[in-house]
Amino acid sequence: MELGLEVDDSRRPYTVLAVKGEVDVYTAPRLREKLVELVSQGKHQIVVDLEGVDFLDSTGLGVLVGGLKRLRSHDGDLTLVCTHQRILKVFEITGLTKVFSIYGTVDEAVAE
Amino acid sequence: MQRALVLELDIPSSPEFIAIVRLVVASVASARRALADERIDDLKLAVSEACTNAIEANRSIRPNAPVHIEIWESPDRLEVTIEDSGPGFDPEKLSFPPPVTDPERLNFERGLGIPLIKTLVDSASFVRTDSGTSVRMTVFGGPVNGDDTATIYIDVSQLPGLPDAE
Repeated sequence: MELGLEVDDSRRPYTVLAVKGEVDVYTAPRLREKLVELVSQGKHQIVVDLEGVDFLDSTGLGVLVGGLKRLRSHDGDLTLVCTHQRILKVFEITGLTKVFSIYGTVDEAVAE
Repeated sequence: MQRALVLELDIPSSPEFIAIVRLVVASVASARRALADERIDDLKLAVSEACTNAIEANRSIRPNAPVHIEIWESPDRLEVTIEDSGPGFDPEKLSFPPPVTDPERLNFERGLGIPLIKTLVDSASFVRTDSGTSVRMTVFGGPVNGDDTATIYIDVSQLPGLPDAE
């Protein structure tokens, strides 16, 4: 089970990271590494597209919270694209819908 | 139909096996219980959280011990138990993340698992056993049909190519 991670740099100043697959304690470290890598490359406006994610648990949430924290410390931001109720529900239950800006499409996310 | 064991599963204490548990539990729940898809998704998430905790507990003191999963059925419910051989914990002493309006909230990247489990299933109990911790998660709902149960036992920890168990 590999996590798909695709970077799209064509929406400057935003970097879109499309995630595909299941995010749990096994695959979340790859997501964390990728976010760390993007920040180290000076990309501080990151949109994480979760539309291809079939499963996300608290480990995945933790990586996203960590990413948000890291980016905010660089005066940047991490926003999300997610419309699937199954994934949105995890953010809702944990109250994280109040912490993250969550958009319906990448276009909406980069329009800010 | 009394409470009956449907399936037992042992997995090594390694993260790549959690996906198998999610698959097995979701398949059993979907095939045998009249549950809405959303409730099965909730159960999958709760199971993933519990397995994550169990693996971490085992790895801290008994890394070669398996995580033991059981699925039980009764006329009105499905129960999934997840047992580890770790050091145990006191469920009352857990610290929970601060509210989302508190900037400190961003410092809590972990520790969401148990509150999530409690919200996702109808009932969750966390019991210290002689050898570790047992988490029992219950989802209420009737059976899809009235077939007899046969117990299936799967020992994934004995698959070839894995590190030798002690």
